[in-house]
Amino acid sequence: MHRLVLKRKKSISYSKWGYYFIAPFFIIYITFSLIPLLSTFYNSFFENYRVGLTQVGPEFVGLDNYVQILTESDVPRYAMNTIIMWILGFVPQIVISLLLALWFSSSNLKLKGLAFFKTVIYMPNLIMAAAFSMLFFTMFSDAGPINSILVSAGFTDDPVRFLTMKTTSRGLIAFMNFLMWYGNTTILLMAGIMGIDESLIEASRIDGASSIQIFTKIIFPLLLPILVYVMITSLIGGLQMFDVPQILTKGDGLPDRTTLTLIMYLNKHLFSRNFGLGGAVSTLIFILTAILSVFVYNMTMKNYYGENRNRKGGK
Amino acid sequence: MKKALLLCVLAALAIGSLSANGSQDEMAVEEGKVLNIHCWNTEFQDRFNAYYADKVPADVTVNWVITPNADNAYQNKLDEFLLQQENAAADDKVDIFLVEADYALKYVDTPYALDVIGDIGLSESDIANQYGYTKDIMTDADGLLKGVSWQACPGGFIYRRSIAKDVLGTDDPVEVQKALDSWENFDKVAAQAKAKDYFMLSGYDDAFRVFSDNMTSKWVEGNKINIDPAIEQWIDMTKTYTEMGYNNKANLWSAESWSGAASDGRVFGYYGPGWFVDFCLGPATKADADGENAIGNGSYGDWGLVKGPQGFSWGGTWIVGAAGSDNLTLIKDIMITLTGDEATLKSIATEMGDFTNNEKAMAEIGKSDYSNAFLGGQNHISEFLESAKSIDRSNMSPYDQGMTEKLMNSFSDYFNGTISKDKAWDNFYTSVLELYPNLTR
Repeated sequence: MHRLVLKRKKSISYSKWGYYFIAPFFIIYITFSLIPLLSTFYNSFFENYRVGLTQVGPEFVGLDNYVQILTESDVPRYAMNTIIMWILGFVPQIVISLLLALWFSSSNLKLKGLAFFKTVIYMPNLIMAAAFSMLFFTMFSDAGPINSILVSAGFTDDPVRFLTMKTTSRGLIAFMNFLMWYGNTTILLMAGIMGIDESLIEASRIDGASSIQIFTKIIFPLLLPILVYVMITSLIGGLQMFDVPQILTKGDGLPDRTTLTLIMYLNKHLFSRNFGLGGAVSTLIFILTAILSVFVYNMTMKNYYGENRNRKGGK
Repeated sequence: MKKALLLCVLAALAIGSLSANGSQDEMAVEEGKVLNIHCWNTEFQDRFNAYYADKVPADVTVNWVITPNADNAYQNKLDEFLLQQENAAADDKVDIFLVEADYALKYVDTPYALDVIGDIGLSESDIANQYGYTKDIMTDADGLLKGVSWQACPGGFIYRRSIAKDVLGTDDPVEVQKALDSWENFDKVAAQAKAKDYFMLSGYDDAFRVFSDNMTSKWVEGNKINIDPAIEQWIDMTKTYTEMGYNNKANLWSAESWSGAASDGRVFGYYGPGWFVDFCLGPATKADADGENAIGNGSYGDWGLVKGPQGFSWGGTWIVGAAGSDNLTLIKDIMITLTGDEATLKSIATEMGDFTNNEKAMAEIGKSDYSNAFLGGQNHISEFLESAKSIDRSNMSPYDQGMTEKLMNSFSDYFNGTISKDKAWDNFYTSVLELYPNLTR
């Protein structure tokens, strides 16, 4: 009798519960991510748009949409616009965030009112990007408050026409992205730094390491995985830059389409219900994102794994 | 026993649903209880609320769906609704939608717009006094009238009286018109205004409609984009004006543009039709937006209107009944009241300052002692009378809105001096082809 019970128990498998628990993710992923992804890919082979109220297509055209985008349109230019504006925003963002994260989590400084500062730097991210962009559009317009200040303070005689110049338009977009995301990055990096064993830092301090040495020799190498995570998520977010420039430049990437990002270009096709070209642009963005992510990951993580391997070898 | 009971219940349900079906069929003859109106701003809503709202049956709810015009947003949303119209529930169907001159033609030749006379039931006499051109635009290939308007849109040059006095020495409309009766004279006055530190025009797009309305060919011939000489003229004039500092470099509808009309504004004048006077410029000149429409509130009342160097018309809004609507009687009554009824149209003209769509009523007001407070007591209806008769919109195309918007955006870079003219044309074609993939350069 006893043996029988044991046998029966043995045959019960708990592993199925594991599948039940992960099922919701896969169901949601398949319905909301995988199927749309595949249908976008599928759509990119068709001529399919609407003129007025008349539907044209869908008609299978093979790779025509890709050929048209790669030869006739300025997609490489829009990709460059996007990447330039991302870098302009990301470089100050990572520097300032790293600095703030170090200060905030430093056992040496023991800053007061951390909760307050953490909330304040996160604030800009809570505003809707479109509203934030609208705010900047008004502030930096020819007759806006920034120009009134500049003129009345005597810095310039005529208002600076920020939104008609390439550098200032791109700069404003990068600045807005920086303001919106540095708080988020700071908090991520702080979590990373606090995950580092404090005894390592204390030990090195006792051994007489300077702050810079502590940072470069201990914190930075151990923080690398988090930094890579921040970089890749920011890169993907940057490639998908849309709402800020769309609102600031009236959707046309003024001046001279120099602030037109890839997603704004995609939006133009989707707005005229051109699913074929839209699909092709989306697929290209997908490939570009994948390549860049792999590139960034490999480049930065090579160091990390390399060092780990060396350490193991040393033992 | 149980089975018998179940059968009885089922039978009762079946009969019940049958009778319910029957009563639904009878209901169809009755009018729907929700009137869905699609439009892009509150212009029609204001008129509707002021002159019709109290005639709406108490049990009918008017549901406004307002989507801004810019970037084709309104058309895209309306198209979605119209394409779903057949499958939508009766209370969700579009009943009335408004169309603007720039894209009216897109809807005229479709089955989505009801025939005003055949389907909705207006009679020829209801609309006999409407301006011919407002009916020509909305007449489809089979000769059916698909929409009616309460306004006609002859335009004029609306000038700041105090600035005219300073520059020309007079603010009398007759004298001002003499000074501005041709483009050469207009340029001369622009130079004089500049000398006194005023701007003749607010920005790049202000004179656009004067040229685009006088186009002698359509934007699109076949499927090919066509550039009319009038458009080239606008580009050259605007570039010159920008280089000479005759305009304030503002974009149309922008805050800068309106601030030029404020009490300390330096803009000589704006081009615009009747609706521009009462719906756009009028409110923008008031220092206290909620304050009275009276002299002393900002620059309100410091304005006058003349024909300017060239007659033109701008815009116009038509009321269209949507196929599938269950409120035909109500739509008919709205159309008759707001576009056919002489008394209502007279009130709209005298109370709101709009130039309304009734030749007889306009002629009467033109001769009357009507005076517009915003225009310093001028009877602007009489200024418009002549140009209203000669409006010819036979060169409209369904693409006008996209062309206008993309042209203004692309060329603002050229006027700003950031790019060459050829580059601006390239950008224009690129944007237009993104918007209308069926066209060719």
